[in-house]
Amino acid sequence: MKNYGLNKKKRVMVAMSGGVDSAVGAALLKRRGYEVIGMTMCFGSSFGGNLSEKEKKRPSCCDISGVEDARRVAQALGIRHYVSNFANNLYNKVIKNFCAEYLAGRTPNPCVRCNQFLKFEHLIKKALALSCDYLATGHYAKVQYSGQRRMYLLKKGRDNKKDQSYFLYAVKREVLSRLLFPLGVYTKDEVRQKARDFNLPVSDKAESQEICFVPDNDYRGFIAGISGRDIRPGDFFHVDGRHLGRHKGVAFYTIGQRKALCSGQKRPLYVIKIDAAKNTVILGEENYLYSQGLIAKDVNFLSLQAPKKIIAINAKIRYNHQEVKSRLIPINSDSVRIEFTSPQRAVAPGQSVVFYGGSVVLGGGIISEVIANK
Amino acid sequence: MEKIYLDYAATTPTDPQVVEAMKPYFTDIFGNASSIHAFGQQARKGMEDARQILADFLGARTDEIVFTSGGTESNNTAIFGIAHALKTKGNHIITSQVEHHAVIEPAKFLEKQGYKVTYLPVDKAGLVNPEDVKSAVTKETILISIMHANNEIGTVESVPEISKIAKEYKICMHTDAVQSVGHIPVDVNELGVDLLSLSAHKFYGPKGVGALYIRKGTKISPYLHGGDQERGRRASTSNVAGIVGLGKAVELCRQKMDEEGRFQASLRDRLIKEIPEKISDSYLNGHAAKRLPNNINFTFAYIEGESILLNLDMLGIAASTGSACTSSSLEPSHVLLAIGLPHELAHGSLRITLGRWTKKEHIDYLLEHLPGIVDKLRRMSPLYEGK
Repeated sequence: MKNYGLNKKKRVMVAMSGGVDSAVGAALLKRRGYEVIGMTMCFGSSFGGNLSEKEKKRPSCCDISGVEDARRVAQALGIRHYVSNFANNLYNKVIKNFCAEYLAGRTPNPCVRCNQFLKFEHLIKKALALSCDYLATGHYAKVQYSGQRRMYLLKKGRDNKKDQSYFLYAVKREVLSRLLFPLGVYTKDEVRQKARDFNLPVSDKAESQEICFVPDNDYRGFIAGISGRDIRPGDFFHVDGRHLGRHKGVAFYTIGQRKALCSGQKRPLYVIKIDAAKNTVILGEENYLYSQGLIAKDVNFLSLQAPKKIIAINAKIRYNHQEVKSRLIPINSDSVRIEFTSPQRAVAPGQSVVFYGGSVVLGGGIISEVIANK
Repeated sequence: MEKIYLDYAATTPTDPQVVEAMKPYFTDIFGNASSIHAFGQQARKGMEDARQILADFLGARTDEIVFTSGGTESNNTAIFGIAHALKTKGNHIITSQVEHHAVIEPAKFLEKQGYKVTYLPVDKAGLVNPEDVKSAVTKETILISIMHANNEIGTVESVPEISKIAKEYKICMHTDAVQSVGHIPVDVNELGVDLLSLSAHKFYGPKGVGALYIRKGTKISPYLHGGDQERGRRASTSNVAGIVGLGKAVELCRQKMDEEGRFQASLRDRLIKEIPEKISDSYLNGHAAKRLPNNINFTFAYIEGESILLNLDMLGIAASTGSACTSSSLEPSHVLLAIGLPHELAHGSLRITLGRWTKKEHIDYLLEHLPGIVDKLRRMSPLYEGK
């Protein structure tokens, strides 16, 4: 177990978005005796007046108020604070992939990639370059050292409702020992209370839930704006082969979607499958949505050496999913097959599947194939 | 931990003597300089004394000085003011690729309005070739704007030669002298310019005040409308305290500039000599001789300037990667790209600028720590592997 109290005078960089969580994280670490350096990743459009036209058109993740709020918090805490521009990284590592995945008929999870590449690959390098011992973020998750396994483990945060370990599975095992998640032992309510106790200038700030770089939560408009030329209308088919109408482009649909399909059907229809190669969207009744397993690729084993044989896990196939008991069957170093003990609804290629062993994040991967119900 | 300020090109501290000179103008002498009564007259006197001091310093007449809010406003006024006043005469402007954004952006804005702008290239040292200016001139050219000294790499441009060309073709000549005034001699007649921008906070005056020199007879439209201040050339209630501060700052520079310049140049030359001796793969940006006495700009291969900067900050040393105005931008410095640095090297630059309170010990401290920082960062850099 990591004992925060003994780590006095160690230097930690805290990724500060301008929100409540990272602000409380910074405050907690300062109180525990760390030398805290705040760092805000900035993503373009509203930041500074010297961006190129291309950059200005880019969406902004933390808008200027995020940077300003982070600065105000840092001033209130009396810590150093820097702002670094990550616009190119966001575009190259997250946004391009986000659009490409939707165009390929999949449902991406940009937060996973942002953590994987921006925070825990690029930002941590900046932390190490400043001789920091740790990088901390306001995620609701825990890192603990297991003496028994002789490795660091990523675990769920204490607040079940808020647990964000799902988004962190793709972090490389080697960096776990350098990470601090000071909020992991608290609930969201406790964190809000602490924000007030610390008298932080952001304590009453509303929480953002949407994909931060997509304005107004309109991902379809966002993709149309960036990749409009690649979007072509096509056909809706029923699972049984009937032609049902025309769709607006595969990027605008996601597995399980019920709204904005084709009207005039007797029973409600859902998106069952998206075939980007044929530019078709397959619809069907709800029973077609269930599947018995999946194939995952880009698998990262985090708190576990890559298993050689079948193991039992709990699988989480999207953020708000109730984990399901499953068998994990290794295919090769990069891919695994997951078999659920009970059929699961709306498994969407492109989403992440995360493998849990109790509260420990064993690893995870990107869903590449859905194994249909028999 | 002692804090060491080596970013005087971003801004300078206001000299305590300047602050003292300004103080009465916030309280006792608070009048509006345009008011007729005694309060106004008293304020007016402080302002006009400052105008006289500045005019003398620049070799100008008092009616050729317009006080502004600073360098950006002076540059914007010069460019938009000339473009508007001479729009029936022509629509072409010549400037350079290494100008401050306060010149480049107004020029780009004018391009959107239908003006044509030539951004002249520079050589490896950052110098505009006067011959290039000559060949860029067309019948439509109404303004040439070439900076006096570069804010990033300190190169002092050949403004007198370029002005001769402007005069020959009867084209209005502007120079952005924000970085040079108070640091090297600036005389509007020796430079041969019609317009010259300056800013007080770059030479130990307060922020928020500057001036635009406008040679008598120059046709220029005002930028701010709504009052008769500054002979109708710049509406807005006069910033009397700031203007008085600017005047005092000029007065101090007149007394101290030569000696300060010699001392800073000696520290500069020591850094230029010792940094490459202590740090491999480090390259000086800018001109070896035609250079501001207080500017040092180095590129360190394989690493980012930002990382050096933050590490120096942790040690209490304040420097810069380039212009403070673009420090939030991801794009590498347009100045470094213009002098031919490839992208990866343009990211690895460090600007050190000296000033009135820089001591030899500060340079010792910097030289003691900089090699270690660069070495540490290089050892972490994937670009450095195998070196």
